Amino acid sequence: MAAPAVGSRIKRREDPRLITGTGNYVEDVTPAGTLYMALARSPHAHARLRRVNVKDALQHPGVVAALTGPEVRQIVDSVPCVVDFPDLKKPKWPVLAVDRVRYVGEAVAAVVATDRAMAVDAASLVQTDYLPLTAVTDPERALRPRSTRVHAEFKDNQAWYSLTEAGDVDSAFREAHVVVKQRLVNQRLIPLAMETRGVVAQYHAASGLLTVWSTSQNPHQLKSQLAALLGLPENQVRVIAPDVGGGFGSKIDVYCEEILACIFALRLGRPVKWIEERRENFQGTIHGRDQVDYVEVAAQRDGVITGLKVKVIADVGAYWGFFSPAIATSTIGLATGCYAIPNFRGELYEVFTNKTPVDAYRGAGRPEAAYIIERAVDLVALELALDPAEVRRKNFIGGPFPYATAGGMSFDSGNYRAALDKALQSAGYQRRRSEQKRLRQRGRYQGIGLSSYIELCAIGPWEMGAVRVDAAGKVTVLTGTSPHGQGEETTFAQIVADQLQVAVEEVAVQHGDTAVVPAGIGTYGSRTTAVGGSAVLNACLLVKEKAFKIASHLLQVPEDRLTFAQGTFAVKDAPDRAVTLAKVAAQAYTGSVPGAEMGLEASAYFEAPNLVFPFGTHVAVVEVDPETGEVKLVRYVAVDDAGNIINPLTAEGQVHGGIAQGVGQALMEAAVYDESGQLVTGTLMDYAIPAAEDLPLFETAFTVTPTPRNPLGAKGIGEAGTIGATPAVVNAVMDALAPFGIRHIDMPLSPERVWRAIQESAKARPARRRGPSARRRGS
Amino acid sequence: MIPAAFEYEAPATLMEALALLRRHRGAKLLAGGHSLLPMMKLRLAAPERLIDISRIKELAGIRESRGGGTIVIGALTPHGTLESSALLQEKCPLLAEAAAVIGDPQVRNRGTIGGSLAHADPAADLPAALLALDATLTAMGTSGARRQVPARRFFRGLLTTALRPTEVLTEITVPVLKRGTGSAYEKFANKASRFAVVGVAAVVALDRRGRCSQVAIGITGAGPKAVRAVRAEAALLGREPTAANIAAAAARASAAVGDALSDIHASSEFRLHLTEVLTRRALARAAARA
Repeated sequence: MAAPAVGSRIKRREDPRLITGTGNYVEDVTPAGTLYMALARSPHAHARLRRVNVKDALQHPGVVAALTGPEVRQIVDSVPCVVDFPDLKKPKWPVLAVDRVRYVGEAVAAVVATDRAMAVDAASLVQTDYLPLTAVTDPERALRPRSTRVHAEFKDNQAWYSLTEAGDVDSAFREAHVVVKQRLVNQRLIPLAMETRGVVAQYHAASGLLTVWSTSQNPHQLKSQLAALLGLPENQVRVIAPDVGGGFGSKIDVYCEEILACIFALRLGRPVKWIEERRENFQGTIHGRDQVDYVEVAAQRDGVITGLKVKVIADVGAYWGFFSPAIATSTIGLATGCYAIPNFRGELYEVFTNKTPVDAYRGAGRPEAAYIIERAVDLVALELALDPAEVRRKNFIGGPFPYATAGGMSFDSGNYRAALDKALQSAGYQRRRSEQKRLRQRGRYQGIGLSSYIELCAIGPWEMGAVRVDAAGKVTVLTGTSPHGQGEETTFAQIVADQLQVAVEEVAVQHGDTAVVPAGIGTYGSRTTAVGGSAVLNACLLVKEKAFKIASHLLQVPEDRLTFAQGTFAVKDAPDRAVTLAKVAAQAYTGSVPGAEMGLEASAYFEAPNLVFPFGTHVAVVEVDPETGEVKLVRYVAVDDAGNIINPLTAEGQVHGGIAQGVGQALMEAAVYDESGQLVTGTLMDYAIPAAEDLPLFETAFTVTPTPRNPLGAKGIGEAGTIGATPAVVNAVMDALAPFGIRHIDMPLSPERVWRAIQESAKARPARRRGPSARRRGS
Repeated sequence: MIPAAFEYEAPATLMEALALLRRHRGAKLLAGGHSLLPMMKLRLAAPERLIDISRIKELAGIRESRGGGTIVIGALTPHGTLESSALLQEKCPLLAEAAAVIGDPQVRNRGTIGGSLAHADPAADLPAALLALDATLTAMGTSGARRQVPARRFFRGLLTTALRPTEVLTEITVPVLKRGTGSAYEKFANKASRFAVVGVAAVVALDRRGRCSQVAIGITGAGPKAVRAVRAEAALLGREPTAANIAAAAARASAAVGDALSDIHASSEFRLHLTEVLTRRALARAAARA
C-alpha cells in the first residue's frame, strides 16, 4: 500500500504558476472595450460634504461617466454588514458619501474613462466643498458624554455593548492573594495583502448576465450580496475570484468599489475595471485590531488564577464592515485563554470613530484575546516571582472535553500542557534561563517569552464540496472555499487522493468561480480545511459508495464482499477478481447499473456542528540593545496543535507567515492617526512591516490532538502563528527588560519606546521593583 | 499609483542631455528613479518633462585615476555596483559598506550614486560617507564647463544641493584610503523605508605611535542635511582611540546636527542620542580597522 497522501510534505502545485508570473489575477482580466474607474476620496476625517460636482471631471478627455452619492443611493442603499445583534447601532455606510464624510479615504465620487490614467486625472478634477468638523479618533475619548458624534442620528458613539459573566467575580477578587492590573493597547494594523483589491464587472445585455471578477475571499457571498443590492436574480450574477494575492480578512467585505463597478457596467454596457492603488489600500480597505483593553487578574500566591476581568474598548472606525460587529466578540469569548478560570467578567464596548472601518484581519479578535491573557499571565508570574511556564501549567484546562469555558465557548479537545512541554524542550528553556543570567551579568539583555494561545476556527454554517470521477478515472474537485494563498489546490487533492486511491496528480481542484462551483461560503477564519475539507471528504464517501455499487455489478458479488485498496475493488479472498476505479468510472458513463444512476459524482454539504479550538505554545527569544532600544529576535520556536495535519509543509508555511505578521505587530506595525484624523502611516515608506532580515529561522513543530467535530479531525492553522507570536515576542522583550524594573510597554515595541522606558526606569531608580498598579494582599 | 502626465526624453549622450536641460527649464533629470518616481506617483512632484539620463554610457563606471590616489565614480553607477566593486572594497571600503545597506537589493540595483546625492534626501546613506571621505563632486553645466564641488559644500539643506538647475552631476571622486587608515559606517535604519534614522560614517588614521592623525565623521539622517562633526573630530585628533577618548569625542557629535529632525519614526531627542551612540560605534570600528 502506497503511503497516504494526507500527512505528506507535498509541494504546493499552485506555486509554479504563481512564482513564474503566469498566474491569472484580476489585473490580468481586461475584456475588449474595458473602461477604468477611479474614485475621488475625502481628505477630511469628518466634514460636511456640501457639494460634489463632477462637471469638470466629465469634460476631461476619455471620461465616459461619473457618479455621486445621491445618485448612487437611488440604486443601492448602503454597503452591507451581515451581522446583527440586539441593540446594535447600525448606521448606513453609503456607497458614495452623502452630506457627510466620516473618515479620510471615504469615497465621494466615481468616474470611468477609457484609460486608467485619464480616470485618475479626472477623479482629481471632481469638485467638492467640505465644511470640516471636529474629528474623534481616540475610542476612549469617543465614549465620553460630550464627544463629537460620528453619526449624528445616534445619541453617542457607543456602537454596541455586551456583558459576559460567569462564576462569582467579585468574590474571587476579594479573596485573591494578588491582583494584577494592566491597560493594554492593541494597536490598529493595516492588513496589506501583497495584491491590492480589484474588480472587473461585465454585463452582457443579451443574456442578462453580470460577470464580476473580484479579489474576493468569498465569491459566493459576494454574488448573493451583489444580486440583492442590484436587484438581480442570483442566477444572473457570476463572480469569479481568480488567483488572489492574499487577503488576511481584508477581502471578505463587499466594498463600494465592487458595487460601483457593477452599476457602471450595467448602465454603460461596457466592462468596468478598478484596481486599487496602494495608497487607497491603506485608507479604503478595512483595518484590523485597534482595541484598548483593561485586564485585571485575581490569583492565589501559588499562581493559580481565580478570576479575570476584561474590559475591551474596540475602535470600529466610522462604519460597520461585513463582519465588523462580531470581531471583538471573539476577544471576550477567548479572553480566558486555555486556562481554567471559573470567575470571569468581560465587558465589550464597540465604538465609532472617524477612522477607516475595522473588520477581520488575520486572527480577528483572537490575537487581541491571546495578547490580553498571555500578557496577564506573565504579569502574574512577575508579581509572584514565579516562572511564567509554571504559572501556565498550573492554570491549563485539563479537561474533560468538551469543556465549557467562562467565556461561553465549548472547547472541543486540547492538550495544552503537551504543547507547552514540547515547546520548552525544543527551545531548551532551562538552559536558556541560565544563559540569560550569565548574559545579564555581562550587560546583555536577553529575554525569553512564552505564549500558550488558544484559537477559534471552523466558522459555519456549512461548506460545499463536490467530487467527480470522469470516464477516464481522473478526478475533479469543486470547493466552495476560495483559497488565496492557503494551498488547498494541493491539500484537498491529498484528501481526495487517499479516499479514492488515486495519485494526487490525478486530482484537479477548482474554486472561486460561482458558475463552476454551485455553492459556497468562502475562505476566512481558518475554516477552509476543517469545514471545506470535510465537505470534500464527505463527497468522496458518497462517490465511493456509488463506486462500490458499480464494482459489485461488474464483479457480480455483493458489496460487502468487496475491498477497495490501491485504486482497485477486489473480491475478498479472491484478489484476482478485481476492477479498477477507472474501469468503474468508465462503466458509470457507458451503461447503467441497477440501483445506481449514471455518472460518478457527488456533492456534499458539511454543516459545522460547533467551533474547533486549535492551540499551541510559542517561545520567542530576543535580545535588547539597551543603548538604542533595538530588539533583535534571535530565536523562535512554535509548537502548534491544529488537530490532524493534511500537509505539514503547507501548514508550516502558514505558521511562518503568521509568525511574521505577529512579530510585525509586536515590534513594528502601527496605523497611526493624528488628532485631525489623518493616517500618518499611509504608505510603505512609513508603515513598517517585517522583512526577511528582521526574522530568524523559525523552528516549527506540531502536537496532534484531533477534533471530534469533523471527519478530518482537523482544526485550522491559518491564523495560529499570528495569534501566538505577538504575545510571545512582547513577553520576551518585557522579560529582557525586567532588570530595569520595566513592567509593560505598549506595542509596537519600537526602539524609541524601549529606549525611553529604559531612560525613565533609570530616572525612577531606586524604586520598587514592581509596578505601581500591582497590589498584594494577605501576604 | 499613477503620476500626472509628463513628457519624456531619453538622450544618449551627456551633451544631448545638457541641450535638453537648457531648452526645457521645468524638466527634471531621471536616473534610477528611486526617489523621483515614487514622489511623482504620490503626486508630490509633477514635472512637465523627464530627461532620462540612465542610458548615457559615459556617466557609468568606477575607475582608479591615472596617477592613483583617487577613485572616480560615474554618477549613474548603481548602489549595487558600489557595494560589489572589488576596487572600492580594497581601496575605499567605506563607500562599498555604506552602499551595501541602502534600501534592499532591488533599490540598490536601480538607484544611482548621482541620483541619491543630487536628490539630497536627509536620510540617505551615501552623503555621510562622502563627507567623511572628503569626496569631490563634478558637475557639468549647459556650456559643457566642468565645476568641482567638495562634498562639504555640496549639501545645502533639506533636498537642496549646490547643483544649479542646468547642471548635471557627472562624477564623484573619492580618495584611496592610505595604509593605517580605517573606516566604518553605522546605520540605524527606519524599518519602513529602510532609510537611515541616523547614519554615521567615520574615517580614522593612526600614526606610528597609535594616535589619531586623521579623524573624519559624516552624519546623515539626524538633521535636515548631512554634516561633518567637526568638534567631535577635533576632540579625538592627536589622541589614542581608547574607549574613553572615543566616547568623549562622540559626546560632541550631536552638536554638529543643529536642528534635529523629529517625526513619527524618531523624535529629535532620540535622533541626537543615536548620533552619539553610532558615532562612538563607528569611530571604534574605524580605529580598529586602521
